[in-house]
Amino acid sequence: MEGLVALSIGVLVACGVYLVLRASTFPVVMGLTLLSYATNLFLFAMGRLAIGVPAIVRPDAAGYADPLPQALVLTAIVIAFGMTAFAIVLALKARGETGSDHVDGRTPHPNPSPSRGEGLRGSLAPPRPLRERGLGGEGESP
Amino acid sequence: MVTSFDLPVAVLLPFVGALLAASFSALHRVAAAWVAGLVTLGSLLMLMPALQSVFAGETVVQSWAWMPSIGLDFAFRLDGLGALFALMIIVIGLLVILYARYYLSAKDSMGRFFAYMLTFMGSMLGVVLSENLLQLMVFWELTSLSSFMLISYWQHRKDARQGARMALAITGGGGLALLAGILLLGQMVGSYNLSDVLLAGEEIRAHALYLPTLVLIAIGVFTKSAQFPFHFWLPNAMSAPTPVSAYLHSATMVKAGIFLLARFFPVLAGTPEWSWLIGTVGMLTLLVGAFVALFQHDLKGLLAYSTISHLGLITLLFGLGTELAAVAALFHIINHATFKASLFMVAGIIDHETGTRDMRRINGLLKYMPHTAVLAMIAAAAMAGVPLLNGFLSKEMFFDQAVVASGESLWGQAIPVMATLAGVFSVAYSLRFIHDVFFNGEPINLPKMPHEPPPFMRIPVDVLVVLCIAVGMLPMFTVAPLLAVAVQGTLQAAPPEYSLAIWHGFNEPLLMSFLALTGGAAVYAVRKPLFAWYESHVKGQQLRHWYDWKIDKLLQVARVVTRGFDRGALQDNLFWVLGFTLLMGLAGFLSSTAPLLGGRALLPLDAVSLVVGATLILASLLSVVLHRERLIALVVLGAVGLVVSLAFVKFSAPDLALTQLSVEIVTIVLLMLALYFLPQYTPRTSAVWRKWRDGILAGLLGLGSAVLALAVMTRETATLADYFVMQSVPGGGGKNVVNVILVDFRGFDTMGEIAVLALAGLGIFALLKQIKLYAPATDSSGRMWVLEANPFILQTFSRVLFPLMLMVAVFVFLRGHNLPGGGFIAGLIAALAIVLQNLANGIGWTAQRIRSDMHSWLAAGLLVATGTGLVAMALGYPFLTSAYTHVHWPVVGDFELASAMFFDTGVFLVVVGATVMILVELGKLNRLDAPAPVRQGEV
Repeated sequence: MEGLVALSIGVLVACGVYLVLRASTFPVVMGLTLLSYATNLFLFAMGRLAIGVPAIVRPDAAGYADPLPQALVLTAIVIAFGMTAFAIVLALKARGETGSDHVDGRTPHPNPSPSRGEGLRGSLAPPRPLRERGLGGEGESP
Repeated sequence: MVTSFDLPVAVLLPFVGALLAASFSALHRVAAAWVAGLVTLGSLLMLMPALQSVFAGETVVQSWAWMPSIGLDFAFRLDGLGALFALMIIVIGLLVILYARYYLSAKDSMGRFFAYMLTFMGSMLGVVLSENLLQLMVFWELTSLSSFMLISYWQHRKDARQGARMALAITGGGGLALLAGILLLGQMVGSYNLSDVLLAGEEIRAHALYLPTLVLIAIGVFTKSAQFPFHFWLPNAMSAPTPVSAYLHSATMVKAGIFLLARFFPVLAGTPEWSWLIGTVGMLTLLVGAFVALFQHDLKGLLAYSTISHLGLITLLFGLGTELAAVAALFHIINHATFKASLFMVAGIIDHETGTRDMRRINGLLKYMPHTAVLAMIAAAAMAGVPLLNGFLSKEMFFDQAVVASGESLWGQAIPVMATLAGVFSVAYSLRFIHDVFFNGEPINLPKMPHEPPPFMRIPVDVLVVLCIAVGMLPMFTVAPLLAVAVQGTLQAAPPEYSLAIWHGFNEPLLMSFLALTGGAAVYAVRKPLFAWYESHVKGQQLRHWYDWKIDKLLQVARVVTRGFDRGALQDNLFWVLGFTLLMGLAGFLSSTAPLLGGRALLPLDAVSLVVGATLILASLLSVVLHRERLIALVVLGAVGLVVSLAFVKFSAPDLALTQLSVEIVTIVLLMLALYFLPQYTPRTSAVWRKWRDGILAGLLGLGSAVLALAVMTRETATLADYFVMQSVPGGGGKNVVNVILVDFRGFDTMGEIAVLALAGLGIFALLKQIKLYAPATDSSGRMWVLEANPFILQTFSRVLFPLMLMVAVFVFLRGHNLPGGGFIAGLIAALAIVLQNLANGIGWTAQRIRSDMHSWLAAGLLVATGTGLVAMALGYPFLTSAYTHVHWPVVGDFELASAMFFDTGVFLVVVGATVMILVELGKLNRLDAPAPVRQGEV
């Protein structure tokens, strides 16, 4: 059983790392989510695995799982949600400011090879904000 | 022993004064100067009672325990040595404050100047009055910082900024060495209190760590006191306003190093190592400073190198290591402070009234400012060591000690010769200061017509010059008592026999003085060829250039390294970080000799677990393979999260399973909302090599984590678990140990975590506030969105579900202390209930019915959590101590009411507030665009 859990942790880490290293924001956030699963499982496993012995005090309990990593992981899950949310909103903000989905806010190649979605996305490129256009118009004809 | 607190008040008063000076200067320009003067007088008054005890032969120590575990006390000490320095700092400080008030021009901010000045004064007082060495170190660093502010006071000038940076780099670097030395000292003695350290001299000198300690402390002293080869920061610090130079380089900053030499004299001195290190450096500094000073054309430059030379003299005297040499050193400290402060002030007056400090242009000032000229001549004569002035007395003592030290070796024979040589140059540059400035023809092309300064600017100089004469003529009636207590405080023993008489008969010191005076006059007479030789042969060879070159190189290397790693691409940066993590992990594995797996009995693998585990692994891999099809990948990701929560169920962690389950739902909803604004597909942009590179790195990191996890899980464990399980009911009043840890044992951690969550919520709110995003009109295949957003069945059921979900939340919350549940999980469930209404019925519909601002939920949650902790404090327990009692409720039965419940309420409120705020704010973007699926402008 321990081997299976270790293998799962390893696969989660590998998938998370690979996604985090991608160039677009959305896969990076997905990678962060996978990494947080892996981290939480890893931390949890530090208390060793135990079946059928929750850390709830009972007179007839056969034993207890280690409650300390559980408490740590519980808050870690919630914090990880906060972090994922922050990261994805940051990605949205960057998209709004730069018009790009690339993690660096700019696409390194001006004309990437067209693929599915790319051509359509080109037509959906966000227009310039009204405010900027408005200011430009004023500048031309005061 | 006085058990009052006048010493700390005297030290801390200037810091308070700095704040007052800065704030009062807004009312009136001169107010800051008055505040500074009054605060300094206040410090002096506070010291008075303790000073009386010191002059009666006592040592005053006032001490409070601060951090006993690391040997840090809040402790102050006044003995003879501290008294001497404190008096110099305060008296010369008062004169400098008066002088600066007239020196600063209308453009200079008085508030800023006096605030820095008082901060510096307080730091210096802290250095000389600290009993605890760690505390001394804090004040020592403060002097470096505040002198940085003072030297760079004219921030618009490049030379001021550079000079200040150089002073900070060198004295700060020395401070690190000193800290190391003091830590070693404390390790040897077992205490950081001077009272203990000063008694442990023999033990320290015999210790194996004596030499490293000595060298480290010496580096701190040499950098601070501008000793060769660290001396070059001092001339560059001359770009400071002249009052700063007068204060820092006569009585205070550079004397801090000397102070430490005197302080540790009974502990570290008396060994050959001490004499060689301190003596040699002192002698070199004495000679180099005196020699270079002659060739400075800048008035302040001359004084700066002369200061270096005199500091070298004092260091050399301490280096000789005899008690009488220490007496001479202390005497010269006093004399140097008086004549050098007055000379700096004269240089400032001349600069102020003529507009330049170049001695090639300032000539013949005697007839323009006769009063100032007389003062300057007397002070310069004292610097040269002319009889009947104070400089003569200490210089005679120095020559005498040089002769005494010469007996032993060939090197010893050289000491009086070199001392005389330094005397020759000292006379020559003093003569230059007098002759070049006040005689030597007419001034050349001065920016201003020179005249006498305002009277109050001159009064500090008057006072100091009178002191020079009084000490020089009547030493027994002026300086003797102060010197006596200072000697006693330095040696920590009865002072040796010494004489302050002016006339000791015809002896070697008198001959050396005579040689120095005539030789100095002769050197000055042939100055013109000497200057030419210096210009062509020596001038370029300055340590400063070497320092600048080194700093340039360092910055270059830093730039190259930074550019090599950081090309402004997140992917590359992450690759470095992750790759380095892999290497560190690998190093850990390779360096371990223990067997990889432990011998713990493993759990048997059952078929269901195998299937579930395989699902997790397959789903993870699938989310990677499909990651460019974002929506599908997201669904698969949700499956991974659900399997993780199943794992928590299996391995006895019901609380985690509940949390993971609810967080999973919230996360997926969040990512779906966000995906609406992002491209639905990820383009193929990665090159093939990059995919392979990332894949290999990811695989290796995964392998490493798997092996590490397995290695830990197969080993036996010794944890704190038993303690928490045992204490849960008696200590926390709850049977659910995980929840009790969260809200009670580790409540402070939880509090930090909900604060982070609240901040994340607020941060997201702020980020979304002005976002320039446009919802796409169609999906990626060009289909229009379905406008009928709210499916009827979901609508109907969600309204029925809402109260039920809230009931579940309350139930989970109330049972949380004893059964799986608690504030976190209940908060997530309640948040889900609200989010479901938003999803099913639309944000507008929901907002009309749930009129609640999530900001106030966050604030209320944090307040409730903090308030619970504060109540415990108010009742006299540590922060967040919990109490509980049993209450019998009808129907429900016996029920425990713990104060931790209130804390958990805070957790609940923050979790609901943050979660709902994040999702609803993101959802609002959609709503505003939804009515018309056309590209809208800013929302």
